[in-house]
Amino acid sequence: MSEIFLGMPATAPRGVGNLRGDEPFPVAARRSLADAQLRRNLGHATATIRAKSAAVIDEVPDWQELREAGRAIKTDVMARLPELLAQLEVAVTAAGGTVHWAADAVEANRIVTDLVRATGSDRVMKVKSMATQEIGLNEALEAAGIEAVETDLAELIVQLGRDKPSHILVPAIHRNRAEIREIFLREMPGVDPALTDEPAILAAAARRHLRRTFLSTRVAVSGANFAVAETGTLAVVESEGNGRMCLTLPDTLITVMGIEKLVPTWADLEVFLQLLPRASTGERMNPYTSMWTGVTPGDGPQEFHLVLLDNGRSAVLADEVGRQALHCIRCSACLNVCPVYERTGGHAYGSVYPGPIGAVLSPQLTGVEDNASLPYASSLCGACFDACPVMIDIPSILVHLRAQHTAAYRSDHRLPSAEAVTMAAAAYTMDHRPLYEAAQRAARASRFVGRRGGGLPPPLSGWTIGRDLPQPPPQTFREWWAQR
Amino acid sequence: MRIALFVTCLADTMFPEAAKATVRLLERLGHEVVFPQDQTCCGQMHINTGYPDDALRLVRRHVRAFAPYDVVVAPSGSCVGSVRHQHAMVARGAGDERLASRAEEVARRTYELSELLVDVLGVTDVGAFYTHRVTYQPTCHSLRMIRVGDKPLRLLRQVRGLDLVELPQAEQCCGFGGTFAVKNADTSTAMLADKMRHVLSTRADVCTAGDASCLMHIGGGLSRLRVGVRTVHLAEILASTEPTGDPAERARTGGVTA
Repeated sequence: MSEIFLGMPATAPRGVGNLRGDEPFPVAARRSLADAQLRRNLGHATATIRAKSAAVIDEVPDWQELREAGRAIKTDVMARLPELLAQLEVAVTAAGGTVHWAADAVEANRIVTDLVRATGSDRVMKVKSMATQEIGLNEALEAAGIEAVETDLAELIVQLGRDKPSHILVPAIHRNRAEIREIFLREMPGVDPALTDEPAILAAAARRHLRRTFLSTRVAVSGANFAVAETGTLAVVESEGNGRMCLTLPDTLITVMGIEKLVPTWADLEVFLQLLPRASTGERMNPYTSMWTGVTPGDGPQEFHLVLLDNGRSAVLADEVGRQALHCIRCSACLNVCPVYERTGGHAYGSVYPGPIGAVLSPQLTGVEDNASLPYASSLCGACFDACPVMIDIPSILVHLRAQHTAAYRSDHRLPSAEAVTMAAAAYTMDHRPLYEAAQRAARASRFVGRRGGGLPPPLSGWTIGRDLPQPPPQTFREWWAQR
Repeated sequence: MRIALFVTCLADTMFPEAAKATVRLLERLGHEVVFPQDQTCCGQMHINTGYPDDALRLVRRHVRAFAPYDVVVAPSGSCVGSVRHQHAMVARGAGDERLASRAEEVARRTYELSELLVDVLGVTDVGAFYTHRVTYQPTCHSLRMIRVGDKPLRLLRQVRGLDLVELPQAEQCCGFGGTFAVKNADTSTAMLADKMRHVLSTRADVCTAGDASCLMHIGGGLSRLRVGVRTVHLAEILASTEPTGDPAERARTGGVTA
């Protein structure tokens, strides 16, 4: 394969998919924060998953070594991604599958739509997949007259409620069981009107509803947790068995996979299949791990298509600091430990990738200016870095993207922002001792705004919505030191 | 030992008691404290808000100010974190490899107060006396960026008269995060509210930490609520001693007045 430099890789296109929100994070967050039910649901759910996950991680004596191994494997994959992808294509093709390359969401949606049309089916069943949420596949299929049925329980709740997912692993985390019961009663055809909000009863209702779909739908669409370049094997891990149904029952299986999901060899799965369930659901092992390699005559789908999706990933790969975001295995541990996510929920992030990983992944996939508020949606507390099973240094990427944003603003505007002017002035002042000392004396004048700081202009007024200002001391430390 | 004080711009300007306490404490333990006058700010705010180019001159200034000293101490986990994990990165980002390696040199000799006391000076009992019910907020950068671990707690446990109570969900951020507190003021306030709820649940009358910035945040919230719980820097507690006849001294230790 010859390589020609075609310029910087493209970011994910606008107008398609679900990587961009309608409003900046602080605005959306303000609304979520006021929703007391949402706060309770999230607080309870994240605390429960955190405790469960911490307990099973504690059982693994070599957890840190496993994390290191996960990081090392993913670093290697990113370093030779083109070669490994080509190897995967050869292996999948040799096993009877067909590989399609999609540069972006538009191409991927078109490829999948055409493939479904070719089968003559007007319905597909889906395994929970972040990649297809990212590209807005359900919307694209609907526009083509094809119904997409989500079979993961939480995705089904979201779909029936005409809602949006708010968590990578548990997309209906913002709903409690009473709300889920209401959605089922309202939206599920033929549901028992005596439905209670017992989890087992709700799950049984979904089961009955989905069973008809499993047995009558001839095409399935899935994502993939891993693809083994060496063997051409795809893997999906899940808890409910709906995935196993979708991956084995239909005639045609179409898998949409981000190009970063690769591992080089079969043996590498050993590391990730230990890391993922413990970090993700807090289970020692996920209940279902389905693996398939191309097509097996007389067993399972007889037609298999793999759609390899870029949609901005090559642009992420081009960034030396940011590329480690591609190591993500979508476990959502960073969401569960994030104090910001726990209070705002996922919708505030606008993108299908919420929480800390979303705050570094979404702006990179779309270009930072299309998600400029997300890198700032973090107090840089570092809990995400500690929780990440593949050791993605999320705080450092956030800081890196903030610098990218200020640089982009500078080159896009004739005048610097008020913040940039303030920052430059502060740096200049602090780099000149007499000015710095004069500024310290001036800070004392803030005594006049009073402890509650009512007279402060924005953005400083944000401080005083819930906090008093500290009273400046009569003497700075250096004044005291000079008089000693 | 001769120890250079990296006072931090926030303690210098707004919370000099924490810095003065650091000086008194180290001198009481028999060490010489020097104050490099040319220091101002480490540039963390600039770096974390997305202005590494502006921060570069502050990194250069910091490195120049502290290069001559063998041991540097700061009463702040966050500023030490910036020196250790960000200064060389900013220099490298600007293509200044020489500054980066000098910054790494300075970073290797820079300690947060509890690290200096426990790891370098080898003391946990600093002879302090402080008769209050105290809860300790570990602060994110002390806990996760420079990993001071339980060193502050080991120091606090040796303080005579001090009733140490555990803070529930201590590892959760108080919501400060520098400019985060103004850029995402609502989210920050929500985090602060939960932190204050936990502080109040301990029935402590003092909340302490190794970072003036986090204490400014928590203290600003507690002050707004008028709940009568104060924030006091760890250095001030460790510097407090048994009251003598001196009324000023008594006031400082909380032995008589709070």
